[in-house]
Amino acid sequence: MRVFLRLLGFMKPYRWRALLGVLLGAATVASNVGLLATAAYVISAAAVVPFLAMLTIPVYLVRLFSVSRAASRYAERLVSHDVTFRLLAELRTRFYSRLVPLAPARLLRYRSGDLLSRIVKDVEELQNVYLRSFSPVAVALAVCALASLVLFTFDPAIAFVALGFLTATGIGVPLLVRTLSRGLGWRQLQLRAELDARIVDDIQGVQDVLAFGREGRERHEVSALNSKLGRVQRRMALVTGLQNALGDLMMNLALVAVLILAIPLVAAGEMNGVFLAFVALVVLGSFEAVSSLGAAFQVLGRSVGAGERLFEMSDSEPRVTDPPEPLSPPPDGTLALDRVSFRYEEDGSPALRDVSFVLQPGSRVAVVGPSGSGKSTLVGLILRFWDPDSGEVRLGGRDVRCYAQEDLRSRIGVVSQDTHVFNDTVRNNLLLADPEADDVALHRVIREAHLAGLVEGLPGGLDGYVGEQGQRLSGGERQRLAVARALLKDAPLLVLDEITANLDTVTERELLGTIRELMRGRTTLQITHRLVEMETMDEILVLDEGRVVERGTHQDLVRRDGPYHRMLAVQDGMLATG
Amino acid sequence: MGGDLLRRIPPARLYLGSTVLMGLLVAVVTVAQMAFLSEIVDLVFLKGGGRERVVTLLLLLTGTAILRAGLLWIRETTAQQGAVRVKSDLRERLFAHVLRLGPAYARSERTGELTTTLTEGVERLDPYFARYLPQVLLSAVVPLLVVTYILPRDAASAVLLVVTAPVIPVMMVLVGSYAEEHTRRQWLALSRMGAHFLDALQGLPTLKAFGRVAAEEEKVERVSGEFRERTLKVLRYAFLSGLVLEFMTAAAIALVAVVLGVRLINGAISFQDAFLVLLLTPEFYRPLRELGIHRHAGMEGKAAAERIFEILDSPVLADGTLQESPSGELEVSFSGVRFTYPGRDLPALDGLTLILPAGSRTAVVGRSGSGKSTLVGLVLRFLNPDAGVISANGVPVEDLPAGAWREHVALVPQRPHLFYGSVLENIRLARPDASRAEAERAAELAGAAEFIRRMPHGYDTQIGERGQRLSGGEAQRLAIARAFLKDAPLLVMDEPTSSLDPESERLVRDALDRLAQGRTSLTVAHRLNTVSTADRIIVLHEGRVAETGTHAGLLERNGHYSLLAGAYQDMPA
Repeated sequence: MRVFLRLLGFMKPYRWRALLGVLLGAATVASNVGLLATAAYVISAAAVVPFLAMLTIPVYLVRLFSVSRAASRYAERLVSHDVTFRLLAELRTRFYSRLVPLAPARLLRYRSGDLLSRIVKDVEELQNVYLRSFSPVAVALAVCALASLVLFTFDPAIAFVALGFLTATGIGVPLLVRTLSRGLGWRQLQLRAELDARIVDDIQGVQDVLAFGREGRERHEVSALNSKLGRVQRRMALVTGLQNALGDLMMNLALVAVLILAIPLVAAGEMNGVFLAFVALVVLGSFEAVSSLGAAFQVLGRSVGAGERLFEMSDSEPRVTDPPEPLSPPPDGTLALDRVSFRYEEDGSPALRDVSFVLQPGSRVAVVGPSGSGKSTLVGLILRFWDPDSGEVRLGGRDVRCYAQEDLRSRIGVVSQDTHVFNDTVRNNLLLADPEADDVALHRVIREAHLAGLVEGLPGGLDGYVGEQGQRLSGGERQRLAVARALLKDAPLLVLDEITANLDTVTERELLGTIRELMRGRTTLQITHRLVEMETMDEILVLDEGRVVERGTHQDLVRRDGPYHRMLAVQDGMLATG
Repeated sequence: MGGDLLRRIPPARLYLGSTVLMGLLVAVVTVAQMAFLSEIVDLVFLKGGGRERVVTLLLLLTGTAILRAGLLWIRETTAQQGAVRVKSDLRERLFAHVLRLGPAYARSERTGELTTTLTEGVERLDPYFARYLPQVLLSAVVPLLVVTYILPRDAASAVLLVVTAPVIPVMMVLVGSYAEEHTRRQWLALSRMGAHFLDALQGLPTLKAFGRVAAEEEKVERVSGEFRERTLKVLRYAFLSGLVLEFMTAAAIALVAVVLGVRLINGAISFQDAFLVLLLTPEFYRPLRELGIHRHAGMEGKAAAERIFEILDSPVLADGTLQESPSGELEVSFSGVRFTYPGRDLPALDGLTLILPAGSRTAVVGRSGSGKSTLVGLVLRFLNPDAGVISANGVPVEDLPAGAWREHVALVPQRPHLFYGSVLENIRLARPDASRAEAERAAELAGAAEFIRRMPHGYDTQIGERGQRLSGGEAQRLAIARAFLKDAPLLVMDEPTSSLDPESERLVRDALDRLAQGRTSLTVAHRLNTVSTADRIIVLHEGRVAETGTHAGLLERNGHYSLLAGAYQDMPA
């Protein structure tokens, strides 16, 4: 219910438009009822009056209703779609700005593409809440009230009976069907999810399925699940088929009931017989408004579910907040980590334990270690995506928590292996780093990042699209794009996070050449599992399971028979044995 | 398209036929119901009848109401069950066909689209088959039925209906075809906008790092706003077909009513007939209106069906039928093998000739795009060569059934897929009947036993997409365990150690060395760490063998290989 009210709250800016949509919707149904009922009256009256001229007004009404039916339907569809798209824009913008302070710390769970697309789908589900749910329910209420009112003028009992049948059709039938289908519906959802997951799993892993001769077995299993689902769905069809049938039955029984009530009134002269057909058609016509309520309730159920998921996420507190009176960070300060410990989840194992180091302006520090040793966590802490559980990250001698997040991040250029490439043009992907940059500057960084070949090759050049998540780019090109961004940003502090992972050796060498230019004159923190160009580092930290297990210069570390030496031996093993 | 569906799934015809038959019966019962109603009103209103005079008619009216509901129930159920049948049939066929098409077809970039078609695309056939198709047939027959009934009672109205009826579809097509293209484009824009939103969400950390969040927020708002304005412009036209339909229906009812009124006053028709004609007029248009409602679902279903049939019609590789299969140690030879990907100009492999002697270790290196992965695809028969022959102990592998041939090959891919299930099940992929002890022994040999034992439930820990995540090195060692268990004479390794950190790489390399003992092996790599222990190294360049030799020999030659290796040595370590 709370979720429902909050969803209603989203419509507040458009309440007048939404109301207009409902009024038009009610007018649409009412016009139809009016058209049929007055037409019936015209015919009834024509049977008893001598001249058509005596029926001018009803005939005029019939024509009016026939026009208003079409016009209000058209207007209603435009207005309600307008509201829907406004609602969609509102939902997107509101949830997006709610998610901004939460990313990435609170969204870690949602990191995989599937869960993020779940958010997108939930927002899309919610956009329908007005069009498919609020509006039909409101229209049904309005039409039922209007129809009962009209019938009431003839006879209160007729009005109550009609209202009773309308309610039974609009609420009773959907409830009954839901109760009957609940178990089956749940089973169906479960089986479909299972089947879909299996299909996705097998298609993604088709190479292994075939290589290990599993295709027969997988086909058999999918087929078994499929038939199970089919059996449940066939039984489900029996129940859902009831919805329309029962609605129709209710409508016709309402007609019979109203006739049974009206006939003695006519026979007794308490009701003019000329209105009998009119009353019958008002009853039949008003069922148009309640017949779609079953679907509306289903949409409502789904929307509330989607809303619940979205609110649960958007309501969480950001893990990182700006100080009330942020200081301005120094342009070129020393970065220092002082006994920093951090764990991602409260009951999880620590990602970093007691890590300290100092990065003087102009110096270079490398952090090396196997994957999972906590190297990338460092980047998140320095960028203040997270705050350490204990210890301090300092820039220019002050805890980074003294600065506004945006100011802090403006001092740091990051090139990371999971830099996001937007499905946009090369230009817009670069402008991210400096929206003011002109073409001269863009071409300069493109040249320096050795991207010129790519840009020339893309149809449209600078304005060529790079595809979804930069799919049109190779691994090396994506990294270069990240390098070009960092060049354009021109921040004093540079953080390089596993930039050569997944690249072949030739590409790696080329990229490192580019990076060398980028590092010139910048304070650099390099995070890597590949031990190349380590002798140019002022200090190397070896991280293992979140702890600094060794530190020193390359020369120091090679001489020691420690983890660094072993890593180096493994890496160069190939050349040594060759 | 509808015909295509019926031809491919014969039982669908029966379901569709029954659904339409039920629809017709419903129409007949409706006519009867309206006839009873008009008679009741006539008796009570004009003939002064009380309740007792119309009791039978009221009972008949109730009876038809129940009958109608029953028929509707059967119609709905049949339609739905038919759709279930169609969906489940197609899903199964599609799945089997996609497996047969193999990884060459389901390339990574297409996986998403393929799985969507198999899951959601198939579901879209539901409203198409259950609603749209029967409605197409009913909207042709039911109006005819109604008008035939009206004709003897009131020829004038019948003529009016017959004249107006064709106007509706014609107008709908005229307005519709204009609006349809625009509407389609707008829905496409809508899905793109969804994609943009997803992009903006996924890129949030990057946007934050560059302090560009506020700008992106504005963009999300602007894009949505612009979309709304453009879409509404289109909808103004798109909804016109609905407007035309509504207007024609309503105007016809109004016209019929007035004309009937005049004729009643002139005494040219009885009240009962006039009222009945009025009651039946909306029934005449109803099927067309319902067709309009289901039209969108129809379009969507049609598009989905087209895509499904396109996949089903994609030719699978010809399969061999030779029963004898090579036995013992394998010698594999390639002679003049050429392969070009469809739609490409340059061949990926251009006349490759190569022998892998039994029990030898061969490594193939080269930069990305040199044809290495194509080679793996060919060996595993995911692809068939355009020209040339690959043979095993002299038997052309193309002549063998693909499944039978693959029993001789164990693959350690670059990114092994872990299926949702336990570690044990994942190792047993190759031999589901292998005992637990055998699987554990394979894990031991693959160097995987230690990390498996550390997992929360050991060999019974659930892994894969919905289970616990494994690191690249761990997944790789599971793949090696699979290969140990499979115990095939030919071992194919596709970039087995790329993207691993040095420690994992060492463990994986040790395991691979053990695995390669006593087998013919083919390793494909772009990093050279993996290949130095090979008996022979082949350097591929643009689909051809550029160099052959041992690691040392190749380094001396100062060719492609030393260029690749040089990338290493240049970087002082």
